Amino acid sequence: MSSTAATMGLAPPRVSLRRRLTNFGVTCIAAGCVVLVLAPLCAIFGYLVYKGIGSIDWAFLTQTPKPVGEAGGGMANAIAGSALILLVASTVGVPVGIGAGIYLAEYGQNRIGNLIRFTSDVLNGVPSIIIGIVAYGLVVIAQKHFSALAGGVALAIMMIPTITRATEEMLLLVPTSVREASYGLGVSRWRTTLSITLRTATSGVITGVMLAFARVAGETAPLLFTAFGNQFWNWKLNQPTAALPLQIFVYAISPFDEWHRQAWAGALILIVLIVVAVSAVRIAAGRGMLKGGN
Amino acid sequence: MAQAEPLIKAGSSLVADRIFFLAMLGCGLCVLALVGLIVYELVTKSNLSWHAFGWQFFFRSDWDPVSDQFGAWPFVYGTIVSSVLALVLAVPLAVGVAVFITEMSPRWLRGPLAFTTELLAAIPSVIYGLWAIFVLVPLLRKYLEPFLGKYFGWTGLFEGTPYGVGMLAAGIILAIMVVPIVSAITREVMTAVPQAQREAVLALGATRWEMIRTGVLRNARAGILGGVILGLGRALGETMAVTMVIGNRVEIARSLFAPGYTMASVIANEFSEATGDVYLSALVEVGLALFIVTIIVNILAQFLVWTVTRGMPARSHV
Repeated sequence: MSSTAATMGLAPPRVSLRRRLTNFGVTCIAAGCVVLVLAPLCAIFGYLVYKGIGSIDWAFLTQTPKPVGEAGGGMANAIAGSALILLVASTVGVPVGIGAGIYLAEYGQNRIGNLIRFTSDVLNGVPSIIIGIVAYGLVVIAQKHFSALAGGVALAIMMIPTITRATEEMLLLVPTSVREASYGLGVSRWRTTLSITLRTATSGVITGVMLAFARVAGETAPLLFTAFGNQFWNWKLNQPTAALPLQIFVYAISPFDEWHRQAWAGALILIVLIVVAVSAVRIAAGRGMLKGGN
Repeated sequence: MAQAEPLIKAGSSLVADRIFFLAMLGCGLCVLALVGLIVYELVTKSNLSWHAFGWQFFFRSDWDPVSDQFGAWPFVYGTIVSSVLALVLAVPLAVGVAVFITEMSPRWLRGPLAFTTELLAAIPSVIYGLWAIFVLVPLLRKYLEPFLGKYFGWTGLFEGTPYGVGMLAAGIILAIMVVPIVSAITREVMTAVPQAQREAVLALGATRWEMIRTGVLRNARAGILGGVILGLGRALGETMAVTMVIGNRVEIARSLFAPGYTMASVIANEFSEATGDVYLSALVEVGLALFIVTIIVNILAQFLVWTVTRGMPARSHV
């Protein structure tokens, strides 16, 4: 910039030392902020790997918890319980979320649509512990005991707004001309929406679902008084069920070293599952697979 | 696509269209119904406590399940202090990170940096709590708290026994959790500032920092405030990590070293053990208050972000 100014016969811009120093100082401070923020991230992952990797063994993955004081045992029932709860949550949450997203994108340019958009953003901001209270009131009180179903419902409520907005966003990326081409062939509206519009946006919608899934997979607060936890195997929907995040919580605040060790192992497994899900989505997004018809 | 088959069967496809529309509308209305249900559940279940204590509930500081006397002030206080502390620590960092990523970092570093800071948001709360118990709290107890107590003890904010566990630990862990949210929103609103604005300020001979300050931050400030408030919403409702390190004691102390309690933590700890209708109802009322506050905070935040990014297409943070 200064050379062009010089060739044009103007004086080169004189930037005072003070201003240059300020500029340099602020750049350093900003870089320092990045380092400060990345430090806990590295520390957390470092500790998880360092503490967790030595603790994961075959027993951890295949056995149920041993009584206090006995070494060994594992979190197999909690891993299975989490899978069960997440299965319930996805079965309930994914269709409703996608359906609501379709409504917003295809029919929602009106007052009801705006109202739904607004409430879904509100729902997204509700603290997870409150969702737990509501699921307790809806399911646990009706069933008269804690259950996997109640946990699944709580997590489903948390998945719905994320999936709804992601689906809407992705469907709106599909150009109108694609829909019109389909109508022009005489295909009915519902068929067009399902087989053409949703089909085109599939990978984007899957991204939304995966992100919602990753978000609820680690949730603990809504499970405290819905799924409740269990020391034994359980495959029944109407019984209290162990869940990985719950088990990590209980073990972490316990006073036993053996349990602390297992809490780290459980945390490592949980974070690996979540990071794999999120990164897979990122990589897919980076490859342009999710651009839809845009 | 298969052809030949006549696709127009007017009657049946109209009916099918109608059914499909109603089904999708039903899903959409589910979202409305859920929020309605949340409000209904919270209001009806907290009725008992509301009638027993009225507004006083939020200003009394006795929490005594044995004699059925409940006042939520210690929890309200703990929630406010821990969240404000978190924001004080997190906001400068988050804005710094956002400025670095959008304006200063080399282009190749942008994507990876953005991704890693967002990874912080993907870590479950319970894992933050676990890490805080075994890594952060001992560090605080051994190094940071004695140091603060020695040199800043006179402020009254850092006095008493350094347990490690307490308000300060909760504030720090919340700050780490809030940074990615604030910085993501800040980045979004900063990229929404038109490029011409930057070029105009640079053309006047500004250094890069002067350009950022006058050309970018000043235009994006409403949106940044929105991000900060969104972070506040997250901090207010955060449960697990805080419950694990705040100490869970029903008391109000000036010192940040002292243990405290938050609204979300008391629900997490006591809800499943609450015997007695008034006790349960009081906990739900705490939940209702938390719900109302987070809703207001979130709506305000979205409005502020919208004032900066309106007219821009929604973008992901890559």
